[in-house]
Amino acid sequence: MSAELYLEALETPRARGGRAPDVFSPTGWVPMREYPLDEPVDFAIVGTGAGGGTLAAKLAEAGFSVVAFDAGAWWRPLSEFASDEEHQQKLFWTDERVCSGDNPLVLGTNNSGKAVGGSTVHYAMVSLRFRPEWFRSRSLLGYGVDWPIDWQDMWHYYREVEQVLGISGPVRYPWGPKRPRYPYRQHELNASALALARACEAQGIDWTSTPLATLSAPRDQAPPCVYRGFCVTGCSTNAKQSVLNTWLPRALKGGAEVRDLAMVGRIETGPDGLASGVHYHRDGSWHFQRARHVVVAGYAIETPRLLLNSACPRYPDGLANSSGLVGKNLMVHSNQAAWGLVDDEIRWYKGPPSLAISEHWNYCDDNKDFFGGYAFMSQGPLPAAWAETQVGNRGLWGQALVDEMEKYNHQVGLKIVGETLPQERNRVSLADERDAYGLPIARVSYSFCDNDLRLINHAMRFLRGGLEGIDAREIWSETEGTAHLMGTARMGDDPRTSVVNADCRSWDIRNLWICDGSVFPTSGGVNPSLTIQAIACRTADRIGDMARRGEL
Amino acid sequence: MSRRYPEYDVQSKRGGPSWNDVTRQIVDARLAIPREPRFLDATQWTILCALCACVVPQPQNRPEVPLAALIDARLLADHGDGYRDARLPPFRQAWRIGLAALDAEALDRHAEGFAGLSRTQQDELLADAQAGDLVHPAWQGMPSRLFFSLRLAHDIAAAYYRHPVAWNEVGFGGPAAPRGYVRLGANHRDAWEPAEARPGAESRARELNRHVR
Repeated sequence: MSAELYLEALETPRARGGRAPDVFSPTGWVPMREYPLDEPVDFAIVGTGAGGGTLAAKLAEAGFSVVAFDAGAWWRPLSEFASDEEHQQKLFWTDERVCSGDNPLVLGTNNSGKAVGGSTVHYAMVSLRFRPEWFRSRSLLGYGVDWPIDWQDMWHYYREVEQVLGISGPVRYPWGPKRPRYPYRQHELNASALALARACEAQGIDWTSTPLATLSAPRDQAPPCVYRGFCVTGCSTNAKQSVLNTWLPRALKGGAEVRDLAMVGRIETGPDGLASGVHYHRDGSWHFQRARHVVVAGYAIETPRLLLNSACPRYPDGLANSSGLVGKNLMVHSNQAAWGLVDDEIRWYKGPPSLAISEHWNYCDDNKDFFGGYAFMSQGPLPAAWAETQVGNRGLWGQALVDEMEKYNHQVGLKIVGETLPQERNRVSLADERDAYGLPIARVSYSFCDNDLRLINHAMRFLRGGLEGIDAREIWSETEGTAHLMGTARMGDDPRTSVVNADCRSWDIRNLWICDGSVFPTSGGVNPSLTIQAIACRTADRIGDMARRGEL
Repeated sequence: MSRRYPEYDVQSKRGGPSWNDVTRQIVDARLAIPREPRFLDATQWTILCALCACVVPQPQNRPEVPLAALIDARLLADHGDGYRDARLPPFRQAWRIGLAALDAEALDRHAEGFAGLSRTQQDELLADAQAGDLVHPAWQGMPSRLFFSLRLAHDIAAAYYRHPVAWNEVGFGGPAAPRGYVRLGANHRDAWEPAEARPGAESRARELNRHVR
């Protein structure tokens, strides 16, 4: 084990004394403004991932005083990220959580980060826009609920985020309304991606190179991607454009303070019923930061956990919970795959894991026996992750496992990001068990519904057909697996059926905001990070507008 | 030695541009873990060693990957997954109960502890665990099926395929920072990647693999 090596960032907070780690340097620092505890800052933001980190930058640049908190460490990718699946688990949220339901979730790897920059530090960089109709899925497509935001408004903000992240993508995107050219050229396709292309052509549907948040040319202090293939364990070159190396440097320059290793355990409310600040644990003790506004951006498990753990006599069911919906409607993406064997050497460990994509079944509604859609992408699991799939999904062990693993370099795979429907029974609640801070841990209950299973069946039939179309052999379906987290504090137009409004402002407490994947009313069939950042950009602009009008 | 990738040794790249300092040090630390148990007692250790041999049988012609020691080190660090199926107890407890239960099942069935069974008997018992057919009181209500798939086989297989010897076996390029890769297309190989021994081309693969740096 390597328990002691390269874990200093987990032991002592780094952002203090007027400086924070420079993520573009192996050991350097950048200046950071600091704010006193006893004077209220304009915004205390809990979480620095796709929601909180983005918002911190935008609000600081708009002139607000901002302190952002993250329970995780502030890593320097150039000197502290190994090319190693085991060691890099240091990026995952590994505080205990209990998972139940018909389909207990697997957390960590593809849905729960614990680091400054959040899960974007280890995300697969897939940066997709929602299909326009999904923002009115109830009215236009007959399922789920409508969002309170117009699609054209969101597409404006998608454009902003794509520019900030320097997304590498195709010249022409095959699906949906015309969109501007991506800022950086698409990446070269690896053999795994070309297998997807051939499978799509065999099935007669469109495919394209995946819009990715990893650079295809140099940009400021970041180099282009060198196709290491360790993207989901953390990028050690900074080619990956994450919140850690895009929005947060901007936040610091704009005057925000970011406190690492700072676990917020409770939001305080005053006699007026408004939020007055946050209690957080750092350096071995609890502190209280006063704030005029509190933003919760802890993602779809920690956000409801914090709101529920902040219950008080005035709000006995937790904060922002008059609808009773905090923690409910937890959504994931179904993440099933079809795998097969080919004669060619594929060597899918080279390059970003999902270089090619088809969104055909997100945009085509013909002959579907289910609501919603799914994207599917080419794959490139590293050896231990591949072994876990063989053991967990295929039940292999012993010589059968060893023999199968030897075929590693000849495998191809097509994996879905499938929409699941919101269900109130899927929820985050508090367990009796407590964590190291003395806080009740989260209980996460998840079960697919019949529609989710019909979608998965459709996808498996289609993807197997695609692999048969390229003469793959030994085709098998991975029938378990989920990715991403959404819901649990949904946005809407009605305080009785939603937790926040379109501006991410809670209905119950006007200076309490929620800005992360929790606010999604529906999940869509695409990875959520681009949409979370777009919502954060929109929220920041709305806050600026409201402040100018004196409505904050 | 790998059959498919003869003479490929991912560690021959250790001093080259594919391994940065942090990777070298953490892999070195993994290779240097103590071979003796530090968390489990002697009985538990013996059972675990037998289980590792069942889940990932290793060839005799090379030094064994110390799987039991890797699991023991993880137990010592109490390095769980960060989440658990509600039907399973926490990480250490699941392993303690599981080891004791498999031993109790073996004693019931064969009047011999798990480590003393023949390999066939061990494999049969594990197949029953995987199917969820084991219900001895020693399981304390933990479903044998879940312990097998989410802890036992999962943890042992993951430990093995996080070890450089396994990377040689599957033909994985291994650590890749900062150099990365250039040739991404099918059947294209960078000079620092393993060469596969296609039938009739074994000696060529051997030669190429000797030059991997």
